[in-house]
Amino acid sequence: MSAELAPALNNKGLPESAKPELNKSAGLEGIGNDYKYGFSDKEDYIFKSGRGLTREIVEKISAMKNEPEWMLKFRLRALDIFNKKPMPTWGNCGLLNDIDFENIFYYIKPSQKQETDWDEVPEGIKNTFDRLGIPEAERKFLAGVTAQYESEVVYHSIREDLEKQGVLFLDMDSGLRLHEDIVREHFATVIPAADNKFSALNSAVWSGGSFIWVPPGVKIEIPLQAYFRINAENMGQFERTLIIAEPGSFVHYIEGCTAPTYSTDSLHSAVVELIAKPGAHIRYTTIQNWSKNVYNLVTKRAVAHEDAKVEWVDGNLGSKLTMKYPAIYLLGERAHGEVLSIAFAGEDQHQDAGAKIIHAAKNTTSMIISKSICKNGGRTSYRGLIKVYPKATGVKSSVKCDALLLDDKSRSDTYPTMEIDEKDVNIEHEATVSKVGEEQLFYLMSRGLNQDEATAMIVNGFFEPFTKELPLEYAVELNRLIQLEMEGSVG
Amino acid sequence: MTSPNTNKSTGSNSDSSAIPLLEIVDLHVNVEDKEILKGVNLTINAGEIHAIMGRNGSGKSTLSYALMGHPRYKVTSGKMLYKGQEISEMSPDQRAKLGLALAFQYPVSIPGVSVSNFLRKTVNAVRGRDIPVKEFRLELKALMAKLGVKDEFLSRYVNDGFSGGEKKRLEILQLSMLNPSLAILDETDSGLDIDALKTVSEGVNALSKADTAILLITHYQRMLNYVQPQFVHVFQDGKIVASGGSELALELEDRGYEWVTSEMQPTPGTGPNATKTSSSSSSSSPAVVGAK
Ligand SMILES: Nc1ncnc2c1ncn2[C@@H]1O[C@H](COP(=O)(O)OP(=O)(O)O)[C@@H](O)[C@H]1O
Ligand SMILES: [Mg+2]
Repeated sequence: MSAELAPALNNKGLPESAKPELNKSAGLEGIGNDYKYGFSDKEDYIFKSGRGLTREIVEKISAMKNEPEWMLKFRLRALDIFNKKPMPTWGNCGLLNDIDFENIFYYIKPSQKQETDWDEVPEGIKNTFDRLGIPEAERKFLAGVTAQYESEVVYHSIREDLEKQGVLFLDMDSGLRLHEDIVREHFATVIPAADNKFSALNSAVWSGGSFIWVPPGVKIEIPLQAYFRINAENMGQFERTLIIAEPGSFVHYIEGCTAPTYSTDSLHSAVVELIAKPGAHIRYTTIQNWSKNVYNLVTKRAVAHEDAKVEWVDGNLGSKLTMKYPAIYLLGERAHGEVLSIAFAGEDQHQDAGAKIIHAAKNTTSMIISKSICKNGGRTSYRGLIKVYPKATGVKSSVKCDALLLDDKSRSDTYPTMEIDEKDVNIEHEATVSKVGEEQLFYLMSRGLNQDEATAMIVNGFFEPFTKELPLEYAVELNRLIQLEMEGSVG
Repeated sequence: MTSPNTNKSTGSNSDSSAIPLLEIVDLHVNVEDKEILKGVNLTINAGEIHAIMGRNGSGKSTLSYALMGHPRYKVTSGKMLYKGQEISEMSPDQRAKLGLALAFQYPVSIPGVSVSNFLRKTVNAVRGRDIPVKEFRLELKALMAKLGVKDEFLSRYVNDGFSGGEKKRLEILQLSMLNPSLAILDETDSGLDIDALKTVSEGVNALSKADTAILLITHYQRMLNYVQPQFVHVFQDGKIVASGGSELALELEDRGYEWVTSEMQPTPGTGPNATKTSSSSSSSSPAVVGAK
């Protein structure tokens, strides 16, 4: 691994000019009506593919990245699969079928090389990340950062001590280049290209994303973060993340994302694979805050071996349509999986999210908590699967989905599926849909809060089981965002 | 029809030339198109303690909700003047900022919102400024000690899984922090054991000392052993049917509500204690007045 990456964070202070105008945690700024990150930069790129997807573009991406032959083959096979697979016939088909695959730019390379010093990042891009508060967040509470702009990671750093312990935290392209053996062994083993149409698309044109390998027994106490930014209109961002936690290790990874607000759509279609080896623990936190013209169609899946633990902490605030169902395959005995998610849908938004847990071994346990809020005609859906294989005795699982409607125009649906092929199990499922209670509002208002403040307090309370799992900086910011979102929302 | 309480109070704690703190005149309130309050008249001056007693279902909570501005409790006619200002069009938060506060009979839970966060936000909202954290803590801790509220309370979610007694203590704690000019206590005594009743009553008395007028709604006499009202009003079928001094409460306890209607109503002013007190009721008639 490249030793020159190390000193960036600890030794080099950030320039005064890099002071973020908004001293905010990355990834949470501006949801819905108050979207603060809808600005865009002038395009100044090294390479921008033409619109539409062709075999030539896939070959070009692979060639520009100097990839090994097996990866090119993998991409081309995936392209075939993508072209053959029909669009999903479930979910919000109306919106899905509006995606114009011919109108998308599949690969944009914004700068010549990846930097380890914010100063070296091209001015325009650096300013953008400053406005997003990334360098600030890095200094304050992160153990490592990657920042992806369009298709490529433009900045990367990891704390020196982690690097010394052998932790690998790289963008996926560098991971492939520098640790081909590890990548080849694990890449696409959790999510094969053929899994679904969008995983096939990602497999064909993937670029960027994170590669993390945590050595046995190493516990990374503070989070690693990746930040994703789309800038160009009609951009397709297809990052690919692979996290491998060796036995007994721990890692917490946080990702955030934003994009400019355009009148036409962009597409974000990531593939994220997590591998938790025996006794390892991976926590993966997402704060998705795309602008309302982004389709967010993401495949996330983890495998957990014996005694391993995987947690998806998934917050969906932005995007036009999100379809995302983080999955955990509990493959080893006593493995534990949790999916904790919140979704917020305002006007013209549909958050179709959920969770899948597969109990394939004895005494595995899981918990799903899903909370969603919609207002102004927004839609949320919960789609969940709990599957227990025969002979997986002693399984315990609890699922709790709560939806809160802020008005009569909005809509929430749940589609829970249970496939239980073993008798000796303990499965609990609970789902509620409620409206913000008149009595709660009156109680809070009688204590001096106006209607918006009262609603925000109820909503923050509703999301609290999620917020309390976030690092403090994110939690504070999330609460503030909800407050903003509630302004003028009722009455 | 005789309307008790419409005139200016001659109550002891007030300057009779001043505008009353609260003046309710012939108030009619509908809930879901059904008339529940049918002509309430009541005047309260600064610093006075009034008790409203009446059977379940007589409309006592309706009066408290109407005063605080619950959106489903619609004023169809009459007046509610607070410090001379009509409040019936005001939102509950505006009324709170004017100095009204209601201790709920059934406080609702707000899951996920801690008591400490809730107290800070609401107290700041009512006082109209951000109290420094330290100052806030000190004030809160002192009150908590007085009211026998444990520290761990602060990190629990508002009323979530609280026992009846804990809810009532929290209501009084809130009111003590908000320091209103009129505290309306809706059956604060119900659900309290005798020890809790004592501490909570002390809290109420402390409120009153801070120059807060109190409207204490109850259907038992027992809290009145600790909190002594100058004025007692009997509520029945959506209005006040009799008013008197604190002895009226004892009388009610002994003889039941039947007594008010059957014996006293036909001949105003002839009740056993009728002439003993001056009260917030009409100065032209004795303290106990039939409504019709
Ligand atoms: N929200 C409501 N919806 C329908 N009826 C109500 C409502 N609130 C009160 N009422 C009715 O109004 C009457 C008075 O109730 P309430 O004011 O609660 O009496 P009290 O507090 O004296 O027991 C009762 O008949 C009750 O059923
Ligand atoms: Mg009542």
